[in-house]
Amino acid sequence: MSLHPRRRTVRTVRGIVAQWPAIAVLAAIWVLLWGDLSWANVIAGALLAVLIMVVFPLPPVAAQGRFRLGPFLVLAGRFVADLVVASFHVAFMALRPRYVPRGAVVVVQLRNPDDVFLTITAVLSTLVPGSLVVEAQRRTGLVYLHVLDIEDSGGVEGVRRNVLQLEERVLRAFASDDVLAQCDVPQPGGRTSNEEVA
Amino acid sequence: MLFDAGTWSLITDVLAAVFILAGAFLTFAAGIGALRFPSLLARMHAVTKPQVLGLILLLIGLSLRVRSWSAVAMLALVVAFQLLTAPVGAHLVSRAGFRTGKVDESELQPNQMEPDDDEHTA
Amino acid sequence: MVVVVIVAVTLVVTAAVLALIRIEKGPSMLDRALGLDLLTASLVGAIAIEAAWVRRTETIPILVALSLVGFVGSVALSRFAAREPEGEGRVRSPEEVAAQARASDVMRTEHGHGGTAAAEAPDEQDEQDGGRTSGRGWRS
Repeated sequence: MSLHPRRRTVRTVRGIVAQWPAIAVLAAIWVLLWGDLSWANVIAGALLAVLIMVVFPLPPVAAQGRFRLGPFLVLAGRFVADLVVASFHVAFMALRPRYVPRGAVVVVQLRNPDDVFLTITAVLSTLVPGSLVVEAQRRTGLVYLHVLDIEDSGGVEGVRRNVLQLEERVLRAFASDDVLAQCDVPQPGGRTSNEEVA
Repeated sequence: MLFDAGTWSLITDVLAAVFILAGAFLTFAAGIGALRFPSLLARMHAVTKPQVLGLILLLIGLSLRVRSWSAVAMLALVVAFQLLTAPVGAHLVSRAGFRTGKVDESELQPNQMEPDDDEHTA
Repeated sequence: MVVVVIVAVTLVVTAAVLALIRIEKGPSMLDRALGLDLLTASLVGAIAIEAAWVRRTETIPILVALSLVGFVGSVALSRFAAREPEGEGRVRSPEEVAAQARASDVMRTEHGHGGTAAAEAPDEQDEQDGGRTSGRGWRS
């Protein structure tokens, strides 16, 4: 995307140490691939992870986040439930005879265009409600969603409400307090009604 | 122990059978959708949602049958890959479809895919 | 368990056949990418059902590999199919889309005898970006 300025990658030792979560994830994948947890696997995985970070450097993720367990469980639980519902919904749509879905493209303005939250929200919203991300703009935080059947999803407003609620759950789980305040999302604990979100 | 080992084995086997059947059904529905839906994007829906969950259910069924931690670890990895890659793949394909004009935009009601659409700021 | 396996395998194989039909029908490369995705998924599903039936674990690495390969395939296809000329990211005007649709209609009637996906691929590539830039990747 030539429109966006290319961010500098980090190749120094400190830069790599600063990316320890990525190394941990890569090492964990390595251990899972081998299927047993032994020191040899952990060390080999960590070494390979460092090698990967050196050879294929990525720009650091500029997210000031905070992980909250409770909201994360809410997000995950809702996600699993929604995934089951959405999958069977689409499955029965496919099996219903003489049914032609009425597709539409809806644009949704997310509250926080931050890369990490935009990505998580977009990925989850592709899987969860009856939507599919067609285009996402990093700078403005606009997400263009294709919906399989606009009437089923409750019209344009319904789609927007669903995605914004999803974003709210994502922000509650991962965003820092500042971001939450900035985006006008109440702190976890205080609940909002749906109308307020839309 | 609530049940003896044989009963547990039976219970997990029955659960595995249920998961495998549900997963196979969803995969089948994804196939039907991929063939039947009229447009590229509608087909994309069929291939992302039921297919991913179908595969996950099949893998859960498999891990209930084999019951070994190393296998479950690898299967968890497959599930994680699926959850991460399916939306990305779907997004790339549908974006490519839009940008190369392969999507029949006249069928989209409403279609807010306009560069100068200001409605969304409301 | 035998009945379950037979039913499940029938469903998954049907899905694979439907995916094959979609790959054959096209109409665009992206539909084929989508069909390929589904074909890979049903392959993974079939291997999983077989492994569940005989309770074996040695085929599970195949599942890991296949689930990754399926993704790489559809990403590569959409990158090639979406190879954009300058003005990348711009939403195209209706006239351009119409011109493209006409061009692809012509292509489709020329290839109306139903060639295989591999044989048609380079032509569609050339037609999309009006140049030879991305077609080369397919032939080498």
